[in-house]
Amino acid sequence: MNKTKNGGYAEAQRVAADPKGVDAGAHFMDGDHAIAEGGLAAGCRFFAGYPITPSTETAERFAERAPEVGALFIQMEDEIASIAALIGAAWGGQKVMTVTCGPGFSLMVENLGLAAMTETPMVIANVQRGGPSTGMPTLTAQQDMMQAKWGPHGDNAIIALCPDSPQECFDLTVEAFNLSEFYRVPVIILTDETVGHMHEKVVIPPADQIPVVPRNNYKGPKEDFRPYQFDCQGGHPMTQAGDGYRFHITGLTHNERGYPAATAEQNKILLTHLIEKINGNADQIIRLDEDQIEGAEVVVVSYGITSRIAVKAMQDARKEGIKVGSLRLITIWPFCEKRIEEISSQVKAIVVAELNYGQMVREVERSAAGRCKVISVNSCGGAVHDPQEILDAIRRAAQ
Amino acid sequence: MFFNNLKPLHGNVYVNETWCKGCGFCVQFCPTNVLDISPGYNAKGYHPPYAKTPERCHNCLYCQMICPEFAIFVKGDDECVKGETNQ
Amino acid sequence: MSTLNDIAQFKQVSPMSGILRMERMPHIWCPGCGIGSEVNSFAEAIRRSGIDQDKLTVISGIGCTGRVAGYSNFDSIHTTHGRAIPVATGMHLANPKLKVVVFSGEGDLSGIGGNHLIHAARRNMDMVVICNNNFTYGMTGGQVTPTTPGGAIASTTPYGNYEYPFSLPFLADAAGATYVARWTSVHARNVTQAIEEALARKGFSFIEIISPCTTLYLRRNRLGDGVDWLQYFQENTVIKHGCDTRETAIDYQGKIVIGKFVDKQKPTYLESVDKRYVQVVGDDYQLYGKTVPEREAEEKAEQERIAARRAAALAEPEAGA
Ligand SMILES: Cc1ncc(C[n+]2csc(CCOP(=O)(O)OP(=O)(O)O)c2C)c(N)n1
Ligand code: SF4
Ligand code: SF4
Ligand code: SF4
Ligand SMILES: [Mg+2]
Repeated sequence: MNKTKNGGYAEAQRVAADPKGVDAGAHFMDGDHAIAEGGLAAGCRFFAGYPITPSTETAERFAERAPEVGALFIQMEDEIASIAALIGAAWGGQKVMTVTCGPGFSLMVENLGLAAMTETPMVIANVQRGGPSTGMPTLTAQQDMMQAKWGPHGDNAIIALCPDSPQECFDLTVEAFNLSEFYRVPVIILTDETVGHMHEKVVIPPADQIPVVPRNNYKGPKEDFRPYQFDCQGGHPMTQAGDGYRFHITGLTHNERGYPAATAEQNKILLTHLIEKINGNADQIIRLDEDQIEGAEVVVVSYGITSRIAVKAMQDARKEGIKVGSLRLITIWPFCEKRIEEISSQVKAIVVAELNYGQMVREVERSAAGRCKVISVNSCGGAVHDPQEILDAIRRAAQ
Repeated sequence: MFFNNLKPLHGNVYVNETWCKGCGFCVQFCPTNVLDISPGYNAKGYHPPYAKTPERCHNCLYCQMICPEFAIFVKGDDECVKGETNQ
Repeated sequence: MSTLNDIAQFKQVSPMSGILRMERMPHIWCPGCGIGSEVNSFAEAIRRSGIDQDKLTVISGIGCTGRVAGYSNFDSIHTTHGRAIPVATGMHLANPKLKVVVFSGEGDLSGIGGNHLIHAARRNMDMVVICNNNFTYGMTGGQVTPTTPGGAIASTTPYGNYEYPFSLPFLADAAGATYVARWTSVHARNVTQAIEEALARKGFSFIEIISPCTTLYLRRNRLGDGVDWLQYFQENTVIKHGCDTRETAIDYQGKIVIGKFVDKQKPTYLESVDKRYVQVVGDDYQLYGKTVPEREAEEKAEQERIAARRAAALAEPEAGA
């Protein structure tokens, strides 16, 4: 149903980053710090957060950098307050971000829903640790993939990106802000303890080489002002408090004027827009990293830290003569169902490796729809896979 | 208006009968008992107020301030609303 | 006396036009509910204050009182239940030039949102919090709240409330609020004055307004109608300005101490941030691209414009028009 209007995300206006936030050069830093640097480079000047392992270093980095950059950092009383403050600050005119992991993300989800409902741009990094509950604060996992999308009640669509290295933590945080501004949607950086705490070389380009989607504030006549346009597209202007447009936003089902209109018809219009502006533009949003899929008999699907482990398994499998390709999901939501569908009709089997009891595998099975075998290499988290487990699965898949 | 500025000593009360929910606040708390509950009903079945002794209104605006429905306001003699229907 | 039943004309000439989103009237509140009266005082205080109405933001939580944001013709946010204060915190910190007002219910602000209330007070975050206290969760049908007096019937305390209630002025004071007042909705002029004072000052201001929930609290406790309760307020309130907030507890149908209890100056959150960062970075420290002296100069200029607008508003024969 969606023909991309407004030029689409690819053609969104981009400007050079504000050099104040760009600590250009080669650094040796961990993923958590790189997320903070990515935010600052993308023009984020407001951070509200609450400490939680293994994500706290992002907040600490932002707090340290705030005075020199001219940004505001506040440690709130909890994660609910943190995301609530982001909503206020976003409509106050700033680009905003926070960081957390499972327990804090759980506290955030009600207001994540409000942010999605009010089309409020923001970036939330979730540096996943092992759960459930308090779980394993210092150990890695990928157990929150479904929560990222389905955490808030009600139907929903957000964007989630999965970096597999500190460099990608930086790059994808910039990208997350750009997507968030264009689609006016919360974007989640879904990383994990291992990547968050991994120190590697991170190259931050000079400001003029970091394309940034600037906040696009409505400037038109007051009588035409609408805080929303329900046309299933991104690219619509925001507004900021103080500009005289007297916006109203609410979590209630609302019309384009922002006023409550709780009817079945209005909910259909609103919900269709919220979901289709993301899912209907998935082609523009989704980024995948593919390797040797052409002619492969087995494809390993993975994301984040697990992709790096899978590389070793695939190398070994190739030595054994198995034609194995790799599909690394950089964008995990919206899910790349079309690509999986294509792959499923070319290969014998898809191997799904993830650090949870089996979350992404359901999406893959749904997309493959029985066209090929789907083999799950799951885990209870706490440690990355042993490459041998993935290799065994590839061998089984190739049979 | 109140506290510290001069104002006309006589006021004219305007009632939006449609919005009135008949709570009686304006009638009960008018310091000079200008208003009374009218015997008639509005569309929602409430009795809106009317000015029984309009000459006694001294433009204190209390009825306007207390009306929870924003259904009543008062104007000084010099700033009457055009197109009103005097009863 | 005139009736103005031409709704379009009434909307146009009403003193609330420009302040309320007239296209959304009539509102959803019950007959005799006190929230509308408070909104009148709020509107009057805004007009008298001289503040730039384009720079005013109204933020509410969820509840009957939470609907105030949606009816206010300002930049406004209807947040989730209990989260008006942190949303307001973000709004204020994102653009300190805005005047941020939180208008919400006592259940919203002191129950589910109680943690945010005490922390915003502790930080002396620059905002005005107007708390409509009707001793009940109105929107959900009259359940017990943190302020319901002992013994009062609520739908979830059908045999009478056995919990210890909060005195909200004591709570706000103890947490660090720098302006604390309590009035009732019958005290329209005092409420107006309190909001006006709060709009004119810096820091965390907390104004509690006790008001009737006719449909639930009054009916369930057989306390009569709205008029009866406003009369109870008139007869049973004791004005004690500067009263020690420990002495402000409310007993079921007992005397209610009202007045301005706290009005003091101390640096706001943002002033403290500025001070610390100037020490760290030096005088060229900037927030959002502006140094402290630059922001102070802007604020001073705005204060002058506010004073001029205020003088003009007060000079009008009827500021209410
Ligand atoms: C998280 C959450 N829990 C519960 C509710 C249901 N709820 C809506 S309004 C309300 C009570 C509001 O009471 P109060 O703040 O005193 O406002 P009033 O209606 O009395 O003005 C509750 C419990 C909700 N909306 N969200
Ligand atoms: S303005 Fe004052 S005197 Fe006149 S009707 Fe209203 S309350 Fe009574
Ligand atoms: S105060 Fe308002 S709603 Fe109540 S009776 Fe008077 S006009 Fe009607
Ligand atoms: S339920 Fe109570 S608080 Fe809510 S509108 Fe009715 S009277 Fe007011
Ligand atoms: Mg209440």
